[in-house]
Amino acid sequence: MNFVDMLLYGIYPYIVSVVFFLGCAIRYDREQYTWKAQSSQMLSKKGFRIASNLFHIGIIMIFIGHFGGLVVPYEVWDFFGITLAQKQLIALGVGGFFGVICFVGLTMLVFRRLFNPRVRASSSVMDTLILLLIYWQLILGLITIAVSTGHMDGYVMKDLMSWSRNLLTFRPAEAVSFLSDMHWIYKAHVFWGITLFLLFPFSRLVHIWSVPIEYFARSYQIVRRRFKRAV
Amino acid sequence: MKVRAQIGMVLNLDKCIGCHTCSITCKNVWTSREGVEYAWFNNVETKPGIGFPKEWENQEKWKGGWQLKNGKLKPRIGGKLRVFANLFANPEMPEIDDYYEPFDFDYQYLHTAKDSKHQPTARPRSLISGQRMEKIEWGPNWEEILGTEFEKRKKDKNFDEVVQKDIYGQFEKTFMMYLPRLCEHCLNPTCVASCPSGAIYKREEDGIVLIDQDKCRGWRMCVSGCPYKKIYYNWKSGKSEKCTFCYPRIEAGQPTTCSETCVGRIRYLGVLLYDADKIQAAASTPNEKDLYQAQLDIFLDPFDPEVQEAARKEGIAENWLKAAQRSPVYMMAMEWKVALPLHPEYRTLPMVWYVPPLSPIQTAVEAGHVGMNGEIPDLKSLRIPLRYLANMLTAGDEAPVVRALERMIAMRAFKRSQQVDGVEDVEVLKQVGLTPNQVEEMYRYMALANYEDRFVIPTSARAYAENAYDLKGECGFSFGNGCSGGDSKFNIFGGKTKGVRQVIPVEVKY
Repeated sequence: MNFVDMLLYGIYPYIVSVVFFLGCAIRYDREQYTWKAQSSQMLSKKGFRIASNLFHIGIIMIFIGHFGGLVVPYEVWDFFGITLAQKQLIALGVGGFFGVICFVGLTMLVFRRLFNPRVRASSSVMDTLILLLIYWQLILGLITIAVSTGHMDGYVMKDLMSWSRNLLTFRPAEAVSFLSDMHWIYKAHVFWGITLFLLFPFSRLVHIWSVPIEYFARSYQIVRRRFKRAV
Repeated sequence: MKVRAQIGMVLNLDKCIGCHTCSITCKNVWTSREGVEYAWFNNVETKPGIGFPKEWENQEKWKGGWQLKNGKLKPRIGGKLRVFANLFANPEMPEIDDYYEPFDFDYQYLHTAKDSKHQPTARPRSLISGQRMEKIEWGPNWEEILGTEFEKRKKDKNFDEVVQKDIYGQFEKTFMMYLPRLCEHCLNPTCVASCPSGAIYKREEDGIVLIDQDKCRGWRMCVSGCPYKKIYYNWKSGKSEKCTFCYPRIEAGQPTTCSETCVGRIRYLGVLLYDADKIQAAASTPNEKDLYQAQLDIFLDPFDPEVQEAARKEGIAENWLKAAQRSPVYMMAMEWKVALPLHPEYRTLPMVWYVPPLSPIQTAVEAGHVGMNGEIPDLKSLRIPLRYLANMLTAGDEAPVVRALERMIAMRAFKRSQQVDGVEDVEVLKQVGLTPNQVEEMYRYMALANYEDRFVIPTSARAYAENAYDLKGECGFSFGNGCSGGDSKFNIFGGKTKGVRQVIPVEVKY
């Protein structure tokens, strides 16, 4: 086994997950004022609605897809009678569709961030970096679709699932063995994907944790009492 | 009955001279920071005009406030599902240009310019992008004293159903008034209802509506929800901010900064007791024109022993009950009925009320055709159309506006007869349903307007509810984790470091 592979795909993910969870927790606890979506919609509305919606819908579907592929055990898919080949077909079709949607939206957002003077001036380094990284990662992901069409039997996908399953059950050596001989494009996509989680707590991505589900449960009006009752 | 107390405000528009001192002092205290340069928690508009931000009163455009759907109250921006679906991009979000692009001038160039044929000028520069602005197209008070042409100003929603509104574009017929605006600290705020994170709340003890800066996630729905457009998105911090009613001052028994510094002495602050159980029903009143009366019906008489008893049960302190009895806001809104709410049709039950302005009688009519209604001139001949004021203050119902204006005219007539002619003209008072005692009080509060009469603010329960020892060594007033933000310039949790962006100095080329 290659040392670099072990480092990047066996050890790095654990380091990243510690930074990810601890970083988010510390930021939430200590620096909640910085916890926000940091929308720049008010600075420039032109084309924003379509761009942001395409991007968000696309990336959320892609996220769900990756979760289904990497975290849900393949026995579950088996149980529903979905074969590996079928699974790959679904992944390529649905993933490709939302990947393209996301790509269109993200391209617009990247241009906006880089070339709209107001948005550019109000962006922090991390704002721009994380956006470009997601863009890069998305492009890598779209390229994997092209490469995957060369082997539609679904075994590469199963190897990837095995990698994540072994990682999640703390068997890094076994995990890496599934990944070592893979096409470099998958390895790159995996590496940059992990890296996104590394930067997550330090970027605006933390707003993902705050999907306001509780809005549906609460009443419209909120009244707070600051002081104990005087009487 | 669930008694709650709120510090309300009344602005006597009859005395507003449009000097903007309130706006400036407010800005100096609260919004002289990067990200909110464009924000004015308090601003003064010249009406008629589309205001700040542009056309804020046009709820077909901005969808602020509530609407009644099948008898049920619903935010106009939509129910929870629609709000949720619009998190990625809020279709009713104003752009910075709807307010104005904040700018500064290259003043330094006046110092550094070399000898040249022409006077050096300080040209404007955007405070957002730092780039040159060739021409400033809009500002926070672009319509000051009827600035811009009437064609644009007549989009003012208060002109709806004003007969022949085009004649008010003529020089002889034109009219204007000032409208200072701040957060209304509503009883039924739509901003609170539309916040997905639940970061906005109303304080039980004094009714002030605040945004929890830590909990705000910047979903920006409150900006759309508020029909008065008095929530501002800080583009730098990514959080929404709003008028705080100067709560640190109010807690200490001091008036808000805008009130304290008002040179016209037009602002009044006082306690109002109200029945919180009736809010929902009042805001759901079917006919918009009944909303004003419905809100009056929520307010409770501070002299009623039953109310006092219920208030004590809710834990309202004695000094608050006493203050409620001396409240100038209660007197003007409830006793004399000269103060009216701003746009009650938004169904938010606003708590900053306005005394409508009197205006000169049109010169043409003055030539001898003034219709008189007893001692009082026919208000139809006032320069400001009644319907215009009614659209602004009573959802279009002219009767309460007429009553308020007539009472103010009667007060003047009575005091004039008393002090100039030496006789008390009680007839004029009878006509408007006031007693001489009431008018003397009105005169004291509205004409003399002494400091201690204008501001009756009980100190908050803080003094005896908080242990001062626990506060030892605490953070002062700051944003975020102000005390331990770290010493390095680099902030590991993203975002640009706080601070003031220096306007980029011009490159001088010859």
